[in-house]
Amino acid sequence: MIKLEHVSKFFGPEKKAVDDISFEVKEGETLVLLGTSGCGKTTTLRMINRLLEADSGQIFINGQEIQGLPGEILRRNIGYVLQNTGLFPHYTVSDNIGLVPSLLQWDKERIHNRVITLMDKLHLPAAYATAYPQQLSGGQQQRVGLARALAADPPVLLMDEPFGALDPLTRISVRKEFKSLDEISHRTIILVTHDVEEAFELGHRICLMNEGRIQQLGTPAELIFHPVNDFVRSFLDPQRLQLELKSLRIKDLWQWLPPATKAADGQLTAASTCWNALEAITHEPVTVVYEQEQKMIDGNGLMEAIAAYKN
Amino acid sequence: MESTETLFDFIQQQAGKLLEQTLTHTGLTFISVLLAVAIGVPAGILISRKKRLAAPVLGFAGVMQTIPSIALLGFMIPLLGIGPKPAIVALFLYALLPIVRNTYTGIRGVDPNVTEAATGMGMSRRQMLLKVQLPLAMPVILAGIRTATVINVGVATLAAYIAAGGLGEFIFGGIALNNTNMMLAGAIPAALLALLFDWLLSLLQHINIRKARKTLYALPVAFLLLSSFYLLPNTYSGKMLAGFTPEFMGRKDGDLGLKSVYGLHIRTLVISDMIMYKAAYEKKLDVISGSSTDGRVKAFDLVVLEDDKHIFPPYYAAPIVREETLQKYPELEPALNLLVGTINDSIMTELNYRVDYLKQNPEKVAKDFLVAKQLWKPAGKGDKGSIRIGSKIFGDGYILAAMYKMLIEGHTGLTAVTKTGLGGTKIVFDALVNDQIDMYPEYTGTGLLVLLQAPQQVTDSIISDSRKVYDYVSAAFAKQYHIKWLQPIGFNNTYALMMRRTAAQELHIKTISDFTKYVNQQ
Repeated sequence: MIKLEHVSKFFGPEKKAVDDISFEVKEGETLVLLGTSGCGKTTTLRMINRLLEADSGQIFINGQEIQGLPGEILRRNIGYVLQNTGLFPHYTVSDNIGLVPSLLQWDKERIHNRVITLMDKLHLPAAYATAYPQQLSGGQQQRVGLARALAADPPVLLMDEPFGALDPLTRISVRKEFKSLDEISHRTIILVTHDVEEAFELGHRICLMNEGRIQQLGTPAELIFHPVNDFVRSFLDPQRLQLELKSLRIKDLWQWLPPATKAADGQLTAASTCWNALEAITHEPVTVVYEQEQKMIDGNGLMEAIAAYKN
Repeated sequence: MESTETLFDFIQQQAGKLLEQTLTHTGLTFISVLLAVAIGVPAGILISRKKRLAAPVLGFAGVMQTIPSIALLGFMIPLLGIGPKPAIVALFLYALLPIVRNTYTGIRGVDPNVTEAATGMGMSRRQMLLKVQLPLAMPVILAGIRTATVINVGVATLAAYIAAGGLGEFIFGGIALNNTNMMLAGAIPAALLALLFDWLLSLLQHINIRKARKTLYALPVAFLLLSSFYLLPNTYSGKMLAGFTPEFMGRKDGDLGLKSVYGLHIRTLVISDMIMYKAAYEKKLDVISGSSTDGRVKAFDLVVLEDDKHIFPPYYAAPIVREETLQKYPELEPALNLLVGTINDSIMTELNYRVDYLKQNPEKVAKDFLVAKQLWKPAGKGDKGSIRIGSKIFGDGYILAAMYKMLIEGHTGLTAVTKTGLGGTKIVFDALVNDQIDMYPEYTGTGLLVLLQAPQQVTDSIISDSRKVYDYVSAAFAKQYHIKWLQPIGFNNTYALMMRRTAAQELHIKTISDFTKYVNQQ
């Protein structure tokens, strides 16, 4: 769906912001660009909708080279969410959401219906349609920003630190809401963040960058259990345990888990992470049914299974 | 005589003129602001995009703003002549800076997150400008237009100096005639106009642009309408065009006298005497109200029309001296009288020409003249006493003071100090009365009309006879102030109508009556 081939970007003759990056994102996949400030992740994102022009290399969306399209036309078909929302202060909430459809010259009725639908899905009260952005809370503004990016139903969504400006509590709730949103499940998403936990929670795959280069590109489990170099290992070390628990799923440990003699009150699916399982078994053991087999999960059994997996 | 008249009376009498001036003033202000918006807003947009241009463009507009308004008007005359054109251009240049700068600042002040979002959503540059940048910058841009409008209401009063009309006509007329009512009749409406426009534009600034788009479209229409006021009053026609100073316009021995005594009705512009002579020379004006001994009469080859019905009072120059001083130094009076009969109008014009136009030193001009008349002697010992000579702050005064100093020092044993540049009549006369100076050259007409403020019937009975005026002021000054008028020197520095020498010869016009006949024939 999105393909980068040997893309580089220079700021000044010496400074390479992005240095020979290549990756591919499949349709419906969420790729997270992760890294510290100045690692080139935002620059990479902004080259995809041509807010910045790549100095070398090629970028394809749906097999089409993006240089072949006028910038405006390209951007109208790519959803874009900014860290500081960038909502228009002189537009009402509904005008903000309806911006791209109106640029695409949808008729008024259709825009209106789309705005109502999105506001409902994002839990924005209909009364806010005529309000101005500054009258809304930070979390609500961020949701309006997301609704604006989704309004024209673009197949591709680019998100630049979308939850970065929110306080930790709001961030977690907005993120949870975002994950469960049907509007995003079928879209191809590239999301930029410096928050490791967020990357592991939202990304199907993570692209860890440093100094303009890709350090490792892989699933969360690949990064945490099979880091390719010291940078990746040390980058993830501070939150290692939590990340391991979040990236391991029950089905990954299946062979090492003890069988259950009888069904417990608590039930989990095999797709649940170990983190979810730990949360669940703080009160009582739970049973999981997977491939016509029933297994018991309690504290000891889970820890032993994890240890066995890592060896 | 006019002191009992109230401001309200004046406004009532002059209502028609006041309305015309107010409309002209409004028109001048808005034409220039409209032009400044038409040029300034696009310029501001341009420099907000091309940052390299920002410094030179803002610099240019800033320099325009720092040029004193009267000088800016002056620069325009060689390029555009007199009348509305140079005034509008000068006002336009004044209005430019606040509008360009506020447009630039307003656009640059738009939150970069918002412009990034606008681009990221797929807006073209044009859409971003019209839908995001301009609406968000609008309050700042309107604030600039507001500033420019208020500045221009003020500066437009100066337009009266270059014959563009407006409320400045009353203001400068009032200052020149020391007529407070006239001054206020111009100043108060000007202040009210500024407040009114400021208030109206402040209303615009605070409305929600998106909700009231129609108001925004109405703005240029309103500006155009207000601008068109300028076109209304100019309904005169005729071949000859007069330019009179604001002072001349309001005086009985000026335009009013020309109308009532000669029956001269001519298309007239009000103009500053600073540029009037040059405008006549450049054929922008056909007849002007000059001062008969002004150096520029010679410089610009103008000819004075004879005042054959004697409406201009005699302004013969003579030294006036404290009687005490004359008694103490009897040798003083004969020395001062040496000048009598040596200077006529054209000689004084010539002397003024050398000082004002050729920029020669007044002392040198005075000495050259005395040497030529064989009146110059080297200074004596000067141990007998000291005489303090005053003068007003213009050509005649400086030159005469210098001559008297040389005559006193050459022909008596006294020394003399000059205190030139004592400002206007009032200041120098007070200095004489209060024994701060001993003498200064004064004009008979000024003594009669300004210093003595003689009753109307007295003035009317003697005004046409220069001898009678001299006798009246001599007697009155001796009695009231113990100040003696010595013999008149011989030249008459009075108001005069003047025109280009070539034009006067071509049309065989020598007197004001000839001129009136010619104008009325058309």
